[in-house]
Amino acid sequence: MSKKPTANTEKKATPAAAVNDFAKAPINARLTKEGKIELHRKMVRIRRFEERSLRAYQAKKIGGFLHLYIGQEAVAVGCCSLMGANDHVITAYRDHGHAIAVGMETKPLMAELYGKSTGCSKGKGGSMHYFDPSRNFWGGHGIVGGQIPLGVGLAYGVKYKGLKGAAMAFMGDGAVNQGAVHEAYNLASLWNLPVVFVIENNGYSMGTSQARSSAGALAQRAAGYDMEWGQCNGHDVYEVRAMMDVFLTRARETNRPSTVEIDTYRYRGHSVADPDNTYRSKQEIEEYRRTKDPIQVFQERLLAEGVLDESLIEKIDNEARTEAELTAEFAEASPFPTPDDIQKDVYWESDHPAERKSEGRLFFD
Amino acid sequence: MPVITYREAVRHALAEELERDTNVVVMGEEVAQFNGAYKVTEGLLARFGPDRIVDTPISEAGFIGMGIGASMLGVRPVMELMFWSFYSVAFDQILNNAANVRYMSGGQINCPIVIRGPANGGTNVGATHSHTPENVLANHPGVKVVVPATAYDAKGLLKSAIRDNDPVFFLENTMLYGEKGEVPTEEYLIPLGKADVKRVGKDLTIVTYGRCVLHSLAAAAVLEKEHNISVEVVDLRSIRPLDIDTVLASVGKTHRVLIVEEQKPFASVGSQLAYMIQREAFDELDGPIHRLATVDAPAIYSPPVEAEQLPNPQRVIKAALAAMA
Ligand SMILES: Cc1ncc(C[n+]2csc(CCOP(=O)(O)OP(=O)(O)O)c2C)c(N)n1
Ligand SMILES: [Mg+2]
Repeated sequence: MSKKPTANTEKKATPAAAVNDFAKAPINARLTKEGKIELHRKMVRIRRFEERSLRAYQAKKIGGFLHLYIGQEAVAVGCCSLMGANDHVITAYRDHGHAIAVGMETKPLMAELYGKSTGCSKGKGGSMHYFDPSRNFWGGHGIVGGQIPLGVGLAYGVKYKGLKGAAMAFMGDGAVNQGAVHEAYNLASLWNLPVVFVIENNGYSMGTSQARSSAGALAQRAAGYDMEWGQCNGHDVYEVRAMMDVFLTRARETNRPSTVEIDTYRYRGHSVADPDNTYRSKQEIEEYRRTKDPIQVFQERLLAEGVLDESLIEKIDNEARTEAELTAEFAEASPFPTPDDIQKDVYWESDHPAERKSEGRLFFD
Repeated sequence: MPVITYREAVRHALAEELERDTNVVVMGEEVAQFNGAYKVTEGLLARFGPDRIVDTPISEAGFIGMGIGASMLGVRPVMELMFWSFYSVAFDQILNNAANVRYMSGGQINCPIVIRGPANGGTNVGATHSHTPENVLANHPGVKVVVPATAYDAKGLLKSAIRDNDPVFFLENTMLYGEKGEVPTEEYLIPLGKADVKRVGKDLTIVTYGRCVLHSLAAAAVLEKEHNISVEVVDLRSIRPLDIDTVLASVGKTHRVLIVEEQKPFASVGSQLAYMIQREAFDELDGPIHRLATVDAPAIYSPPVEAEQLPNPQRVIKAALAAMA
């Protein structure tokens, strides 16, 4: 891969990076057999869900954009597997993986893509705008970098309420060039807010490689804001967990924010509308698939550990395929919202007429 | 009843709500140690401490976005913009995030945030510092927009805004901060979306809000005395929600309308009002709806000329006479 000419190969020494075998990092050493299988299962479920959504898109069941996370699964699964009761997640539009990783049911996720009223946002958000506050998942945001100040706000809220927790604010390698991200970095560090900024570096922002969009390194920019930073490979879920555990723990214990850059790769185009033939080679994609596919890498690891065997792998995969198929059936069978629904969920007050305190017209025609 | 300034009224509302609800925090540039760029927040730091009254860096997109994120978790931030004019650098946070997350989440989230600060011309600070974005803000379903004209209204409306579960944008006015008015000591709330007839009349309805209420009242006194025209002044107080019923009731009485607003004319609040009045009270009108707005150009610096660019009592009188002709 030619994606990182400026990448700093010397990693900041973190306890995680110091452990060569990430399986031995304390957070992974503590994993039960079932815990490991669950990490694998989540990645497979995300993969199969998205493959099914792609087919639905091709069958014209889905409108608008569809940004697939295929190839990046270990990042969301690794990070979100570390969440405690007061930890929060916010991300950009490539959000299916995070939604499943935090535990959202997949049927409402598929129904949302179909624009159905049974969708997780009642068909009002679409692919880029998944939310589930009950699972501390705050979106799903369509404006590149715009969610990062909100992530700092989640951290502020946790701290203000005297809780021990942290927010993870995910963004792409292209988002780091947005001003709002830098403002968020400064505030988080200045005010000691427990947030970990996670750069999912898949090498490209749409069709622009990192080399063509960013001067200098990415995670290291955090140093300018007096924040710790780290960098790791995102194709190994153990490695993701090992590093994130260190930074999340620091955030929870000391309220210190940090930035981590997780190197990953997407196999599909930027969105399904991207023919993906202008900015990278097929060989590059193949090379990644062959050597660094997160599901493959972890599966082999768990086979070697004796946690998985072929029949269990097949069972998990079949279940994930069936689940994905059922989500499509559910979505297909679900009703669309009606035109009467368009003006619901706009104001808290108009949705709670009995508790409304304001007067006058809220809507106009 | 005690007579206090508009500035003090805003401050009292903040203090009372800070006292009532520990989820309320006040944030903004210079609000704490410096006591506020316009001294609105004077003394609050000493009383409520640095966890509740927070100085921010000059980073509107960052701190307003942060406030919105915190509001999703139930904190009730009251964010001060030193000037509403600076909303442009936080536009994405204000109008993509605060306005939309409820909708995009299918109603799972609400953002009980207040953003407040002055939005007005007339202080010779030129085009960058004189924006009046209430029309731009109110164009976004999901938000509420309030523009109080008097000390009494400012206090009662701000307290309601802070308790509101939707994002409320509260537009004050540096030219009004020193204006005094009667404000009771006992607690009161004014609901958002309720207009107030500031002067009763029978010949002409002036629909207005913000500082133009004062201009309109001054003009109305002259029109009564020198031209024998009885003017009713309807102060909207709140742009969204909008109390169109009070406007229509007045039009039903006077049959003539002049809209006075400190807005650039194109797609202004007045444009919306004119549409609604003609649509809902066409048969009541004895003549076309008139409007007096800011002269359509960026805010001029030149002090004597800026006064002529904005609505002022003389311009209101002229426009009222035209509306009565
Ligand atoms: C403010 C803004 N500008 C442009 C876009 C269009 N756009 C959407 S995603 C994207 C690329 C972002 O790349 P990156 O941050 O690396 O995330 P990735 O797509 O790789 O996950 C662009 C240009 C947008 N949504 N928002
Ligand atoms: Mg990218």
